[in-house]
Amino acid sequence: MTSLTNGIFSFARLGALLTKEFIQMRRDRITFAMMLGVPLMQLVLFGFAINSDPKSLPAALVATSNDQYTRAMVSALQNTNYYRFDHIAETSAEAEELMASGEVAFVVTIPADFGRRVAAGDAPQILIEADATDPSASSGAVSTLGTVANQALLRAQGMEAASAETARGQLEVVVHRRYNPEGISQYNIVPGLLGVILQMTMVMMTSMALTRETERGTMENLLAMPASPAEIMLGKVLPYLVVGAVQVTVVLIASKLLFSIPFIGSLSLLLSAILVFVLALVLLGYTISTIARTQMQAMQLTFFFFLPSILLSGFMFPYRGMPGWAQALGEILPLTHFLRIIRAVMLKGAEFPAIAAEVGILGLFVAVFAGLALFRFRRTLD
Amino acid sequence: MNAIEVTNLVKRFGDKTVVDHVTITVAEGEIVGFLGPNGSGKTTTIRIMCGLLTPDEGEGQVLGYDLRTDSLKIKREVGYMTQKFSFYEDLTIGENLEFVARLYKLRPVEEHVARTLDELGLTSRRDQLAGTLSGGWKQRLALAACIMHKPKLLLLDEPTAGVDPKARREFWDEIHRLARGGLTVLVSTHYMDEAERCHRISYISYGKMLASGTVEDVVRNAGLTTFVVSGPRLDQVATALEGRPGIDQVAPFGATLHVVGSDREKLEAALADIRDRKDVTVEPGETSLEDVFIQFMAGSRDNMS
Repeated sequence: MTSLTNGIFSFARLGALLTKEFIQMRRDRITFAMMLGVPLMQLVLFGFAINSDPKSLPAALVATSNDQYTRAMVSALQNTNYYRFDHIAETSAEAEELMASGEVAFVVTIPADFGRRVAAGDAPQILIEADATDPSASSGAVSTLGTVANQALLRAQGMEAASAETARGQLEVVVHRRYNPEGISQYNIVPGLLGVILQMTMVMMTSMALTRETERGTMENLLAMPASPAEIMLGKVLPYLVVGAVQVTVVLIASKLLFSIPFIGSLSLLLSAILVFVLALVLLGYTISTIARTQMQAMQLTFFFFLPSILLSGFMFPYRGMPGWAQALGEILPLTHFLRIIRAVMLKGAEFPAIAAEVGILGLFVAVFAGLALFRFRRTLD
Repeated sequence: MNAIEVTNLVKRFGDKTVVDHVTITVAEGEIVGFLGPNGSGKTTTIRIMCGLLTPDEGEGQVLGYDLRTDSLKIKREVGYMTQKFSFYEDLTIGENLEFVARLYKLRPVEEHVARTLDELGLTSRRDQLAGTLSGGWKQRLALAACIMHKPKLLLLDEPTAGVDPKARREFWDEIHRLARGGLTVLVSTHYMDEAERCHRISYISYGKMLASGTVEDVVRNAGLTTFVVSGPRLDQVATALEGRPGIDQVAPFGATLHVVGSDREKLEAALADIRDRKDVTVEPGETSLEDVFIQFMAGSRDNMS
């Protein structure tokens, strides 16, 4: 009986495999440096670079009149920080050219009769033309517009006739940006980046685990020795849990120090969820390495998972904005569930019950990938 | 009990039959040479016997364990040295041996490693990375790693390819020392001098076993006749003899020419005019193992192309 269980799993043999992997990892200096350097570099680069709510966008103003209402409107728009009036166009044709050439993102036209209509109590109009080739770039600027314009108008009217009646007829839109009142992109991007960095490095490193042995010819020897599939799998993936732990520490500390991302929830809860996520990733990578025959194929398969993970998980584009079938695809990517967990815990202070379902799904990924890898693993060279 | 007793092994890759009804018996403590041209199925047969490949047909026992059902037990008691160096080049000699010792659960690890290093004269290079070793030292490390767990059967796949003569000699001395201790060895090789150091040899060609026995048996059973021609301008003689009926091989050996044929009378008839010449002498010679193998290779159809 002992010899039978020894055949299936032995901690002594797992220990031998782990020691070997750690020595190899340590000797492979460039890969080792990449494991630690890449996350930090990506975090700093993307954390500072990506902004889904850009401000201070170049705009052109077409205003033929110079009355107080027009001035109030222009300064109100400028005060939103979205509009930066670099150009004052004389005609709408001139403004059109500025927009076409890409020099401005907005053209704000305040008609000559604007002031007169406000004074007369008619419905006044202003025209804002936005360069919507990149809808997300201009959406923030456009969405604040209604509120800002109304408020500006109220204030300007208040100076003349402080009548409550006039104000009552105006509609005020109240928008609360929950969990991130200032709408700072980094609050969304940086926790997401942790998921993306882990997705990239963990899957890529482990996807080479077996293919490297096969390419170097060491697989034949490993298979001829008494190591079981489960031992080989754990021996290959566990070292990367340590690498993942280091990456997580680096990113979490940097997000605090560099980006001052608030951390409302429980750290231990988040770390437990990250552990499940990383386990799912390394097992996915290992599964890939049981399928790929060369390191090149392993790399290609990694990217086959990486791009959808970035684009469909809600990291780059809003998950709710995708059609149903794309959302369904997103559901079968571990990153989607991890993003929900980390945003919920870090930014909303969610407790375990709130994220239990998502953690459960990640656990399911772990089980499926581990099963698939063990099923795919061949103890022979057939 | 025989260490290896397998019958009618068949292994196909796609529609190529790489091993075609091969039967091998190796007695305990015997050193058996496994010979044959490149791509003849030697490596595949060895891999089947250490459990790395499952045969499509045939059965048998290795060390008393069933080839099909007990491959894990076979793995634990067999030492397999692969044709291509397959230890970790980014680990030192010592680290490689420690890894192997721990996989086989040899305790205490340090003692086993130290003893093996000492036995194979590797102690002074213990901390050298395996990737920086020359061919001879790599081979020695590989041998050390596959005998450390004291296997009962050693399977060696062209162990001396790319190794200098001195290292080869030392390697074979080591193999004979191990066999005296009761170890059974099956070794594949291309070298005739190595074949002659085996107790028995088996010749396999294009998946088929063509001959088996001691070197003398194999040479005698081949039934070849050899004449040795000596004299000046042998290259012209060789050209003249080539292709004559009754002559199967014309091969220069140093300053002589070996002329081989399977039918003595036809061979003598074919050599009649050369015998009459004054400047050259024709004498009966010993058929060598190499002559026999060349004959086998010419006779077997190439199913690889």
